[in-house]
Amino acid sequence: MNHWLTAPILIPLIGGILQTFMGYAPMSLRRTLALATTVLIVVATLGLLFMADDGSYRVYAFGNWQPPFGIVLVLDRLAAFMLVMTSVLALFCHLFALGGADEGNRQFHTLFLFQLMGLNIAFLTGDLFNLFVAFEVLLIASYGLLMHGGGTARTVPGLHYVVLNLVGSAIFLISVGMIYSVTGTLNMADLAVKIPQVTGENLHLVKAGGMMLLVVFALKAAVLPLCFWLPKAYAHATAPVAALFAVMTKVGVYAIIRVYLLVFGDDAGELANLGMDWLFPLALITLAMGVIGALGANNLRSLIAWQVIISVGTLLAPIALGSREGISAALFYMLSTTWTVGGLFLVATLIASNRGGAADRLITAPKMRHRTCLSALFMVGAVAAAGLPPLSGFFGKILILKSVEPGANMAWLWSVVLIGSFLTVVAYSRAGSIVFWRTVDGHLEDKDQQHWPTSFAAGALTALSIVIVALAGPINEYTDAAAAQLLDTSAYLEILDVPVVGEDN
Amino acid sequence: MELVFALVIGTLTATGVFLLLRARTFPVVMGLTLLSYGVNLFLFASGRLTTGGQPILGSTDNYTDPLPQALVLTAIVIGFAMTAFLVVMALRNLADNDDDHVDGKQPKQDAHTSKLEREVTGK
Repeated sequence: MNHWLTAPILIPLIGGILQTFMGYAPMSLRRTLALATTVLIVVATLGLLFMADDGSYRVYAFGNWQPPFGIVLVLDRLAAFMLVMTSVLALFCHLFALGGADEGNRQFHTLFLFQLMGLNIAFLTGDLFNLFVAFEVLLIASYGLLMHGGGTARTVPGLHYVVLNLVGSAIFLISVGMIYSVTGTLNMADLAVKIPQVTGENLHLVKAGGMMLLVVFALKAAVLPLCFWLPKAYAHATAPVAALFAVMTKVGVYAIIRVYLLVFGDDAGELANLGMDWLFPLALITLAMGVIGALGANNLRSLIAWQVIISVGTLLAPIALGSREGISAALFYMLSTTWTVGGLFLVATLIASNRGGAADRLITAPKMRHRTCLSALFMVGAVAAAGLPPLSGFFGKILILKSVEPGANMAWLWSVVLIGSFLTVVAYSRAGSIVFWRTVDGHLEDKDQQHWPTSFAAGALTALSIVIVALAGPINEYTDAAAAQLLDTSAYLEILDVPVVGEDN
Repeated sequence: MELVFALVIGTLTATGVFLLLRARTFPVVMGLTLLSYGVNLFLFASGRLTTGGQPILGSTDNYTDPLPQALVLTAIVIGFAMTAFLVVMALRNLADNDDDHVDGKQPKQDAHTSKLEREVTGK
């Protein structure tokens, strides 16, 4: 039992509840408290990261129920990694929001914090049904955030997003029911014990359940053919929300890593590596689809939204192959791409607010304000996202390419990733040259509304790509260790024997 | 009982999916509601169907699995909240776009079909 595991859930919960009742308090007070909450989350998650780095599993059993009978929170290297990735991204998004994006809705900070709570529950939970609940918590907050700022342009993508995710929830429940009906448990560690023992006709039931679960996670992760909701929804969301949503697809990727490596891993008998032979080609097609979308985008924000899909494809391909190096490389790339895409969303919004009526559309327009600074930020982001040296995306992609063993898979992965990266570079250069270089005479009439939090947040989040390069050694060691820990599933099963407080033994 | 139960789940789900694929927001909301009823019943059945059994061990000879009941309860609460939110979204869509089409407005139609529609709907 380790009570610190509840900190990343309780801090946003308490902060969010405070915000709920402070809707009419002065703006400065609400902002200070909200930002303080996010900073506390970053501190807590960093603490958990150092705790998890020793390679052991830490367990918190709710209500002191012995697992598998109660719900457990489990902290391992992967969970801590995801928590830190999310909280750092959230801190900069939140800082950006203080520049004015949080006005117009009294409950922005509440929703933002509840969204973080849902994400943190999803990363920490060791129970399949609790994962469903976590998804719902983060989804209902995301519905509100997606609609934040109003405007009729957001209604239709928001409606699609809500309907799709409700269907996803229904499929999630069906698959949970199918798995439960055979195994009689939903604790992930217990499932990993029970699934290899399933035989006979029950096997098909679990198999169908497992595949349907993959559909749900693929919907969250926006894998083709379930990715078409994403570009519209993300391109229309408010900047800090879109940037935070860069991590939402990674929740789906996380769930795939967690459930399919542990429950349907190599030890799962007849169900070993369920669905992974489907996931690999789908991931590559997703990547290709994302590249096509990026080339066809007519504004910066939808270009970046397609980049989210590209990175999901790049991430899932090595995960589907399931080697230790591949998973480690995917985690490294996930860190890089999440922060970069988040930063790019913020930079694109800054660009849009400095181009007058042309906003972020890829058309010629009068020369924008702050062109030097913004073009430098955009270039850093684009280089990191497309995977050019010397920034972090390059190292992530190199690690992914190096992780595959020679063979047909290698040929496919190398060709799709390399051609895809080249075409992504083309897409970014096209967008950048139109936005920054192709100007017409004229001047902007609207006022310069840039505040320091927005510029600082966008700059800092983009610059994290450089930080990742500087710390590439330690980060790669950590992801290596995390991948090794993930593949050694027998250690995870020991959480079933964890003594709860007050037991005699 | 199993057959009736299975048929009910099947009917609810099929009707739900059919309505979900309609082009107006109201049938979509109804479809999702029916789908969630079907899912809830399915989840309930995942603990096996027993009659007259209490969900407490040792109280009667045959007991029923209490966990699916807890799961269903959670799923019902969440589904209800989500449906309520969806209704608000659908109304917002109607107010914003003066149309309850799921894409905000209808795709372009040729004169013939719109005339047909006017005849059918009486508009």
